[in-house]
Amino acid sequence: MGPPFKTISDLRKFRQILKKSRDGNKPCITICAGTGCQATGASEVVEGFRQQIKDLHLEEKIEVRASGCHGFCERGPLVVIRPQMICYMNVETKDVSQIINETALEGKIIDRLLYQDPLTQEKIVQEQDIPFYKFQQRVVFGSNGEIDPTRIDDYIAIGGYQGLEKVLSEMTPEKIIEVIKKSGLRGRGGGGFPTGVKWESCRNAKGKEKFVICNADEGDPGAYMDRSLLEGNPHRIIEGILIGAYAIGSEEGYVYVRNEYPLAVSNLTRAIDQAKEYGLLGRNILGSQLNFTLKINRGGGAFVCGESTALMASLEGRVGEPRAKYIHTVEHGLWDQPSNLNNVETWANIPIIINKGVDWYTSIGTQGSKGTKIFSLVGKINNTGLVEVPMGITLRQIVYDIGGGIPGGKRFKAIQTGGPSGGCIPESLLDLPVDFDRLQEAGSMMGSGGMIVMDEDNCMVDMARYFVQFLQEESCGKCTPCREGLQQMGEVLNRICEGNGRDEDMELLHDLSQVMMDTSLCGLGLTAPNPVLSTLQYFRDEYEAHIKEKKCPAKFCKELISLSINPEKCTGCTACVRVCPVEAIAGEKKKPHQLDGDKCVKCRACYEACKFDAITIQ
Amino acid sequence: MLNGRGEEMIVDLQAVCEIIEKHGYQKASLIGILQDIQAKMNYLPRKALVQVAKSLDIPLTHIYEVATFYKAFSLEPKGRHTIQVCLGTACHVRGGARVLNYLENRLDVKSGETTQNLSFTLENVNCLGACALGPMMVIDKKYYGKINPKKIESILEKYQ
Repeated sequence: MGPPFKTISDLRKFRQILKKSRDGNKPCITICAGTGCQATGASEVVEGFRQQIKDLHLEEKIEVRASGCHGFCERGPLVVIRPQMICYMNVETKDVSQIINETALEGKIIDRLLYQDPLTQEKIVQEQDIPFYKFQQRVVFGSNGEIDPTRIDDYIAIGGYQGLEKVLSEMTPEKIIEVIKKSGLRGRGGGGFPTGVKWESCRNAKGKEKFVICNADEGDPGAYMDRSLLEGNPHRIIEGILIGAYAIGSEEGYVYVRNEYPLAVSNLTRAIDQAKEYGLLGRNILGSQLNFTLKINRGGGAFVCGESTALMASLEGRVGEPRAKYIHTVEHGLWDQPSNLNNVETWANIPIIINKGVDWYTSIGTQGSKGTKIFSLVGKINNTGLVEVPMGITLRQIVYDIGGGIPGGKRFKAIQTGGPSGGCIPESLLDLPVDFDRLQEAGSMMGSGGMIVMDEDNCMVDMARYFVQFLQEESCGKCTPCREGLQQMGEVLNRICEGNGRDEDMELLHDLSQVMMDTSLCGLGLTAPNPVLSTLQYFRDEYEAHIKEKKCPAKFCKELISLSINPEKCTGCTACVRVCPVEAIAGEKKKPHQLDGDKCVKCRACYEACKFDAITIQ
Repeated sequence: MLNGRGEEMIVDLQAVCEIIEKHGYQKASLIGILQDIQAKMNYLPRKALVQVAKSLDIPLTHIYEVATFYKAFSLEPKGRHTIQVCLGTACHVRGGARVLNYLENRLDVKSGETTQNLSFTLENVNCLGACALGPMMVIDKKYYGKINPKKIESILEKYQ
């Protein structure tokens, strides 16, 4: 009675057998093998555990599982030992045998690998008690730690594909759409359009065939939740897409994945193969009328392809240029047929809504934004990583309770949300509840969920310039306001940062922004002025200091600063010498050093390396 | 196409045909075909593109348009190792530009260029999706987080 499953009850029976065969009390060493932890050596740690368990003939007694991302990337590689949920951080291969012998076999806790609360110095044993996790609500992301993303059985055993069973056995397409509409789910890719409404329009549109598309072209710099979902739980995305396809009446779907995400592509490819083998993709899925195939397309490295019409052009094998949207893609999309595109996180929410119901789902979140949202909390923050929180949580809770505040005793300056289309939110708005509408009112947007924290050392004019330069490079060049507007804005911001700003420049930036917002063709150009406008609104004094006083208050802009060493504070520890890329610092050990201003490229590496506050920036 | 030493490079057209065969002869397969050629040959040789144009019956200009639009493609031969420096926002606020500057000086190339001996191609990318570890770089798909000049030196040694 193994796969492929021809009926729903076959799959249900299989799940029961799987559950029975799995002993919940068997020690399981879960190692996070997401991209973040792999960069800190998780693959070697996984290999170490597997090898030693094999050498010690403990395969029957202890399970080793390489899972998807747990979120706390800052402290990787992360290891969680079940069932006690003992959480170890920064684990190295040399710790492997101790963890097996002491913790997995004897249940003893290894103190030095635990998380230590920086405020109370208290050591915390269990994952759920660590402040980074405690204040989260990990509805979508939480099961990453419970499964090996390369094994479909793991997903089925934790209730995977039950949502699909439910819709195929007891729901009509109309009923599904009604449920999704009532759930209040809004597009997690940034637009925030009601998902159920989109599905309904696509279902009602006339066409030869219909397509469903998963947008995994996660291009916003500083956001990586979609990557972690695809890498860590690809079957949930597939299940969401299948439910959508059934509701909309589509038999063919595409996942458009960023070229920069090789692990996501390989995990998803494997998951699709497994789903086919199990009869969850193909013809007459689980004995129903549903036929569906799913293909992966890799992007070519173009930010604009995250825009729906550009993405569809790219799927057709053309350059990713957007078109005007007065003709909706739900009516005329891919190959001119009705096409429904949702982002990865949106698809991942679908099975959860179907399984847990509208009442449960709508109990989370705010009036206009239901459910949770995953953010990547990065930049100048102590606990960097992926966090999933209920809509309506305040920025302050995210930054301080979960994120643990700003490192190095620095002062918080701003938080940037919404990627290049978003804005910078100042300290005075930290108590803002985070949802689609509040963020937009503050001049920013939800975007796909990047949250980049900036401290007093970050210059806000430079941030505006960074985003404008980013978009200038990524603009497809099709429409004039975006192509030329960004070019002009970039030049103006450049001269301000270089100390050549003119009195009328702020006005000029406003005017350029207005034209772009009125006349650009697609979302890229329409929202491109947001980083400029929000910094102009909240950090006007920094612009004025650059223009009028020729000073950079954050002491960041190269042309406006000079560095020197304060001989009274310098201990001659040589930390600065070692980081200087141009050998501009010299001096004897344990004696004050000298900095050669002519050689100095003002990269500030020494400033950040100095533990004695001896580097002065003027 | 000439290689770094000015010699004509041999293009394995048989391999190109196999790639096209695998994807099917539709226009929609173009990007996938180019990606596989790029992966196999490390760049898109002109001869290969001419073959693709013939097989798919689309104008060479159209292929050129696609090949120059997407960052993943290169019309020049790339180095044996590709170094990608992340300049995403999270890496930017932690000094990503400094890493790129250092590598530009160290390898004596600008971003987007390949060293004379074809050892390294240096690129900047917008986000590698490992933001917690910024500033970071990737060499041939291996991720290196929280890097600084000193770390870069010891990493580069492995690839010499």
